[in-house]
Amino acid sequence: MSKALLYDATICIGCKQCEVGCAEQNKLRYDDQVAAESVQSEHKYTVVLAKDGKFMRRLCMHCEHPACASVCPVGAFHKTAEGPVVYDVWKCIGCRYCMVACAFAQPKYEWQSLNPRVRKCIMCPERVKAGQQTACAEICPTGATKFGERDDLIKEAQDRIRQNPSNYMPHIYGLAEVGGTSVLLLSGVAFEQFGYPKSEKIGDTPMPEYTGRVMSKIPDFIPLWGLVLGGVYWITHRREDVAAVEGEKKNSGGAR
Amino acid sequence: MKVKLTFWKLVFVVILVLGMYSAYVRYAHGLGAVSNMSDQFPWGIWIGFDVLCGVMLAAGGFIVTGAVHLLNIEHLHSIVRPTVLTAFLGYCLVIVGLCFDLGRPWFIWHQLIYMNPHSVMFEVGLCVMFYTTVLFFEFLPNVLERFNLKKPLQWVKTIMAGLVVAGILLSTLHQSSLGALYLIMPSKLHPFWYTPALPFFFFGSAVAVGLAMTIFESSLSSRAFGRQLELPVLVELGGALLVVLWVNALLRFEDFFHRGQLGNIVKPSYEAYFLWLELALAFVIPITLLSFKKIRRSPGGLYLAAVFCLLGFVTNRLNVSVTGFETWVGHHYVPKWTEFMITLSIVATGFALFGTAVKYLPIFPGHESPAIKVEAQAKPFVVAAVPEHAGD
Repeated sequence: MSKALLYDATICIGCKQCEVGCAEQNKLRYDDQVAAESVQSEHKYTVVLAKDGKFMRRLCMHCEHPACASVCPVGAFHKTAEGPVVYDVWKCIGCRYCMVACAFAQPKYEWQSLNPRVRKCIMCPERVKAGQQTACAEICPTGATKFGERDDLIKEAQDRIRQNPSNYMPHIYGLAEVGGTSVLLLSGVAFEQFGYPKSEKIGDTPMPEYTGRVMSKIPDFIPLWGLVLGGVYWITHRREDVAAVEGEKKNSGGAR
Repeated sequence: MKVKLTFWKLVFVVILVLGMYSAYVRYAHGLGAVSNMSDQFPWGIWIGFDVLCGVMLAAGGFIVTGAVHLLNIEHLHSIVRPTVLTAFLGYCLVIVGLCFDLGRPWFIWHQLIYMNPHSVMFEVGLCVMFYTTVLFFEFLPNVLERFNLKKPLQWVKTIMAGLVVAGILLSTLHQSSLGALYLIMPSKLHPFWYTPALPFFFFGSAVAVGLAMTIFESSLSSRAFGRQLELPVLVELGGALLVVLWVNALLRFEDFFHRGQLGNIVKPSYEAYFLWLELALAFVIPITLLSFKKIRRSPGGLYLAAVFCLLGFVTNRLNVSVTGFETWVGHHYVPKWTEFMITLSIVATGFALFGTAVKYLPIFPGHESPAIKVEAQAKPFVVAAVPEHAGD
């Protein structure tokens, strides 16, 4: 079964403990300066945003059908059976197509490095594999970030909305967006206020399908187009051969 | 003439020195130090121009070899060699450009072992690699003739038909796939440029630019090397360009129409200004120019139409790769000067290598270069495969 994270913005108190836990887990620097940064970067995989007394967390959505994994020419990203979308740095050539392709703009780059890596939340894959919860879920004092089975979390999210409809937007972000994600979000205010792309803009189609439609035609296209080109060559040069042969005939006929 | 040459040489040296400084910054201090690329703009002009436009500008290679070898249009023979040279240099420089842009260029060969068949980038990479090899062999006869190596020359000629067919196949694939790269960004790329038809438009523009670039390169080299212009050939290319431009323009119109964008493109907006610029340069001006017989048959008119066409489609690809993302990102991307210098150096190197190749290799038919006195001159059109000469 695939694991997921449920983040409920209405319970979040903006304490940024998830940022601290994430930094510790990934051995990232975390001080007052980093804490004050309100953008994700190569040294800050998750961020808690605050606006008009409301909070919202941003992190990699761990798509069920990740665009990053489908576009990477060397397959440096893959979705694990447990849910996390992970990165194999030793394969990476640094083309940054993953960054351009991600609808949530999650992969960040080590722009100052001479041997740069793509950085993003990888959902603590070793912990998840060992049956533990992610660092951010473990450290969260209010349960705003909750780790569990994706199906269970979906039910829980639906219950929370049903029991307290006035508190929530009637929408679980990540349930269907781009074919579903392993991070599910609940909020009292519109998600796009915090930089999440509008649901109707990104749609429910898994991202890999957009390019998959073209890529799937290539195996048929190559032999067919090759055959056409070869055929054209044969015809145009056949005409020449015929002309040569007929010319010979004429010549021999004239000599007779 | 001599003063002009020194001037251009000076320009070249200045560009190259600044380019070398930029290359030092790139490899000593990283991508962040040399460019204005960022997490918001992970792809800058090195992808938008060096790769997307580089591959497009080198498209003449598959079009002209296809016309001559595949369609058997013999009288275009004289432009095959310079066009193949342009294409070969173009693809080599695209790869050089990639070595600046990739974060870890020393792992570029990973494409061959960690293959991801779902990735458009993987397909493009593989095609570019193979096609550059094909172009190398199509270019090789120049060198073999120069050193009068008859045996290998014969070998290359026997596989030439296969090379040309492979070249067209590979070009069709990766020229269109460069557009397919952007299909995965429906929510990010501005609707003026995001369309499921992107692969078709990238291929169509490559055909137009391939023709325009051939006219441009022939006109320039006739001036630079004091050769006579093959005007009838260029007039024919100009005619073909006019048709290709019309087809491109009509398909673009159809696409705007079907996606309900016609109303938006006439409304002034940041994106609309860039779209108008692109459409004017790529379609309106060159189509107008080429529609007049008098202009189409004059060297100056052809040259002008070709230049506008090139500028137009370069604008198009920069719109797809840069302008089209600015609204989504929320701010503008302007390349750093060092970023520009790398790109300029690559272009300048292309010009210089072309000039050098023309000087030492039998690129132009009947071109009496002091460096070439071999009998290879006796048959100047021999890029051709053996079958072509069956009819000679």
